[in-house]
Amino acid sequence: METILALTRDDRHPVASYHISAGRRQAGRGLILLASLGFAAIFLLQFLRAIGETDIGFANWRPVLYAYVIWSIALIAGQVMIRGERGQPAVFLLPALLFTIAMVIFPTFFGLYIAFTDWNLSSLTGRHFNGLDNLRALFADSYFWNAIVNMAYYVLAVLVQYAIAFALALLLNAEIRGRKFFRVVFLMPFMLSPVAVSWMIGKSILEYRFGPVASFARELGWDIPAFFASPWIARASIMAMDAWVSIPFIMILLLAGLQALPGEVLEAAKVDGATGWQSFWKITFPLMLPVSLTAVVLRIIFELKLADIVINVTAGGPGGATDTVSSFIYREYRDRSNVGYGTMLAEFYLVIIIIFVSLLLTLASRWMRRVT
Amino acid sequence: MTAVAPVAARRKDDAARRARYVSGRVVIYGALIFWAFISLFPIYWTVTTSFKVAVDVTQGHLIPWIDYTPSWKGWRSLGLSPDTIFQTSTVRDEFMQRFENSVLASVGASLVAVIIGSLAGYGLSRFEYKFGPWRNKDISFFFLSQLILPPVVLAMPFLALYKELALLDSIVGLLLIYTLTVLPIVIWIMRDQFGSIPRELEEAALIDGCSIWTAFLRIVLPVALPGMVAAFILSVVLCWNEYFFAALLTSSDAKTLPVMVASQTGSQGINWWSMAALSTAAIAPLAIIGIFLERYIVKGLTAGSVK
Repeated sequence: METILALTRDDRHPVASYHISAGRRQAGRGLILLASLGFAAIFLLQFLRAIGETDIGFANWRPVLYAYVIWSIALIAGQVMIRGERGQPAVFLLPALLFTIAMVIFPTFFGLYIAFTDWNLSSLTGRHFNGLDNLRALFADSYFWNAIVNMAYYVLAVLVQYAIAFALALLLNAEIRGRKFFRVVFLMPFMLSPVAVSWMIGKSILEYRFGPVASFARELGWDIPAFFASPWIARASIMAMDAWVSIPFIMILLLAGLQALPGEVLEAAKVDGATGWQSFWKITFPLMLPVSLTAVVLRIIFELKLADIVINVTAGGPGGATDTVSSFIYREYRDRSNVGYGTMLAEFYLVIIIIFVSLLLTLASRWMRRVT
Repeated sequence: MTAVAPVAARRKDDAARRARYVSGRVVIYGALIFWAFISLFPIYWTVTTSFKVAVDVTQGHLIPWIDYTPSWKGWRSLGLSPDTIFQTSTVRDEFMQRFENSVLASVGASLVAVIIGSLAGYGLSRFEYKFGPWRNKDISFFFLSQLILPPVVLAMPFLALYKELALLDSIVGLLLIYTLTVLPIVIWIMRDQFGSIPRELEEAALIDGCSIWTAFLRIVLPVALPGMVAAFILSVVLCWNEYFFAALLTSSDAKTLPVMVASQTGSQGINWWSMAALSTAAIAPLAIIGIFLERYIVKGLTAGSVK
């Protein structure tokens, strides 16, 4: 059991030499063993009850959760008992690690199982294994592929967000008065809940009868300012709202990057007579590439989860033009109670995301190495 | 060369430079004010709309006291206007309960995440772990990779899991999943924070005979406090705004503010004043955090990304 978290000794930490008695080691091992056995027993009992083999056990699985918590504590305490000071570092890492593993590993595997069933909450027959039916349905589902294509548009929109955010970061980095005021104001949209933003902007400011933007558009000569009726305009409106919320995030990262730039280089360029435009493209922009890349990649990862605004403003409409994968799956769960199929879509999407993001990271790091 | 240039030409040169300087300033401040307007107008609109009545909405009035008289109608429908706030009413209780749920879930999850995330961040920045073939770098990457997981992947398994664990529609269930979603960010920030603290600080204490824990709690933590505050505040913001899990995993008892806002958006015609009041109340705590604790949010967001 003590190999669970073998620790190479860190020489930079002078740990007092410290003798651990054999009895203490035994006790530590015993504790872990006991806790493991107890946890396994409770799990087994509950499992037997769930499949109808036995009547004893608990009304729900909550005791298994408590057993896991106790097992975790015993595991951590055991590390310290067995290895003394050298077991201490495990105490730092294990809580977060055990928590994440419990919260992610189990749902992921359980999700894989659900994905291959025909589980529908509204059907009376419960769930049955149905092999590759869900996968076959997925490949034939034009709404899902439509949502995937929309995600490509939304991800491309991140580049526009980046351009605006860069401009704002440059503005805030210029010699201006009230920099702090403008920084707070520009950050404000990031603080607001996307759901509230959905109402504030999507459902009232852009509302076609009384919304101020609609009235303004009418003044300008657009007779029927409907922001969510035709596919491209609706998509653009959603992108604008999403940009409003997320530009501050990119802006803050870029601003920090700008402030960390070596001032002498820009001074030297100025002395040499470079115009602002030249020194931006020749010096600032290349120096900002690493930060830019971090900001854009992070933003793309978050963009792939886009759902709240779409769910609350258009529910994917008109005709699926604004649908994101997340909002589509959300409706699959909520409106059609199609748990098995929805989970298959989600797992499939996860695979696409993992491939896409690792590709993105590889390309980004390769490109960075070539540029620098 | 300039010394022999005619005075008139030099003056002209100065004037041109000054004109360029002034026009540059005008452009910069114009752009700043334009974007400040874009950032603030929706908030201004929501706050002012919460004091309107039907006729002000349909006629598109914009400025209180000048083109319409503010009214407490919207706030009264939430039970939060000055004359109703001290009376018990179902609408007020409903709002207060949602508000409380949001506070409990976001503050609770952020606390848990900051505690276990700080421990892990410290461990990863100071000790060398070996976990099978995994080293520190791989463990950090494992934590960080959780960021990629879209909520939809976890949603259904959690719904089934929580049903079995009797955690559905409970604050504890929500708190656990929020902890999971912010933990990678907290670990990222804290690892960066501890990494910037020189090791000599604890080494001196360890040589003096302190244990690892005393050194961590007494000496390192106080220095790392700004990072912890930043991680905590950023987590609160993210959890407070979370909608997806709350919408799927709660139904009545544990519903949070975003779910309440979302459930009301579809159910009215132009009952804008009460929606605006609700939205204002939902965003107010974060707007206040944004104004007073802005530097912590900036610190949290930029941790580790700019070197």
